[in-house]
Amino acid sequence: MILCLVDDDPVALEALTFARRFGDVEALVFGDADVGGYVSRARRVVHERLDDYAPEAWAQAVVELEPELVLAAGTDRGQEVLAHVAALLDVPLAANVVDARPEGDAVRLTRQRWGGSLLEEALLHGAPKLLTVAPHAVEAEPAGVETNVEDFAPTLRDEHFRVRSTRREEAAAGTIRLDTARVVVGGGRGVGSKEGFELLEELAALLGGAVGGSRVVTNLGWRPHSDQVGQTGARIAPDLYIACGVSGAIQHIVGCKGAKRILVINKDRNAPIVARADWAVIGDLHEIVPQIVAELRTNGG
Amino acid sequence: MNVLVCIKRVPETGARITLTPDAQAIDTALLGFTISPHEECAVEEALRIADRHDGSTTVLTLGPAGAIEQLQNAMAMGIGSALLLETDGGDWSAEATAAAIADAVHAQPQPFELLLFGNEAADTGDYQVGVRVAHALGLPCVTGIKGIEIADGTLTARREAGGGWESFEVPLPAVVTVKEGINLPRYASIQGRLRAKKATIERIPPEPRTSALETVRLLLPPEQETHVQILSSGSEAAQVLRDLGLVAS
Repeated sequence: MILCLVDDDPVALEALTFARRFGDVEALVFGDADVGGYVSRARRVVHERLDDYAPEAWAQAVVELEPELVLAAGTDRGQEVLAHVAALLDVPLAANVVDARPEGDAVRLTRQRWGGSLLEEALLHGAPKLLTVAPHAVEAEPAGVETNVEDFAPTLRDEHFRVRSTRREEAAAGTIRLDTARVVVGGGRGVGSKEGFELLEELAALLGGAVGGSRVVTNLGWRPHSDQVGQTGARIAPDLYIACGVSGAIQHIVGCKGAKRILVINKDRNAPIVARADWAVIGDLHEIVPQIVAELRTNGG
Repeated sequence: MNVLVCIKRVPETGARITLTPDAQAIDTALLGFTISPHEECAVEEALRIADRHDGSTTVLTLGPAGAIEQLQNAMAMGIGSALLLETDGGDWSAEATAAAIADAVHAQPQPFELLLFGNEAADTGDYQVGVRVAHALGLPCVTGIKGIEIADGTLTARREAGGGWESFEVPLPAVVTVKEGINLPRYASIQGRLRAKKATIERIPPEPRTSALETVRLLLPPEQETHVQILSSGSEAAQVLRDLGLVAS
């Protein structure tokens, strides 16, 4: 059995799409996630005590099905649940895989190290084989099949509920998530101050986008850490990333390389980020950004 | 409260990564080394928790003799004692690393109430050592944590989830893996550095084991070819935004 974990995170559907390369995949569905059209068979986990996330209970549900291959998204939950499965069964877990194919009894795979600025080619032997799929390695794409969903009630004991999510604080209404935003306006050291980000906020609001910052910016306290784009922050994949006053260290590039297009505003023509850009305006962002905002406002922004 | 914090020595990569000729490792000949970022925050968190709850702190790493530098950096920040699980320098699998850490924890005379790890090491990015150690020691584990509070033997941990936050409650002793952003690590003082240089570090030979995940080679991702078009003004940039259909007209 080839199993792919799916929860309500949209990135999980990317993993499910990726998993289909191995053949007939069953989705193991937690919560209300909808996998209709992606795979022909799905099991929805139902359990009276599983009204919220409990990593060891989710892992136990996987173990009970005795799969040969298990995939999950490279999200906090995906990594965590498969790490529990790996520890329970004492087998390896290949994290953040971007490519994989069967090779004899093994799986030949490529996975991300250093947040994706380095790749590792590896052979995964033994059974079961566990891997998480790097976010944005593939796009989620339904297969156009009819999906038959069955309920699955795993046998769970108290010990599987030692750790459970006890409280959830939802994002404020209208907040645009950095990792799923269509447009991200990012700022680096060049923004100059906490207040400097008001300009970027204004531009992002006009474009329906989210504001992010480099690691320098979150370390200086100009933005909360949750706004960080980078290896130790969010991995974004917008249609457009507007990088303002960002030099483009590797740590930042791995966070924004999922962007389809990049527009750079930077004083320094030689900043590494310029080489990654589709468009660049060389100049002071404190002049350029207000120009863009004014232009969009006057001519139908 | 006795707190253990596990760290990893990783190279400080600059603008680009260079590989050794056999493509088995990063060429570190010209690079310095540092504590992996999430783990530097774990060190800071260990110090704050020990301070608030009248506890002791120990730092542990598995790595080559050179990793003494990172143990000393953690001690310079204020960590009380250090353990080096000394290897000959190659990459250890997540399974082998976790088993060696669990063995070392077992062998310590004082039990730890809290074991802190980074959520993932910057270099290998395996996302699992903390969870494996928790299983080996029979402890509960929470990962990806950006906020910790402890009261009456219960630890409350928060992590980001879907743009908001989710919280977990776990009884101590427990394993917690943290992420950068949980705090802003302090700088070591001069006195701290001097003290760390003189401190003795306990060295333990860890037990190697093989992994069923076999590295074939490392490779650099293909450079994305972009041909940057230089725009002359903000209004040209505004036109690009309009052409992309990002602006409601």
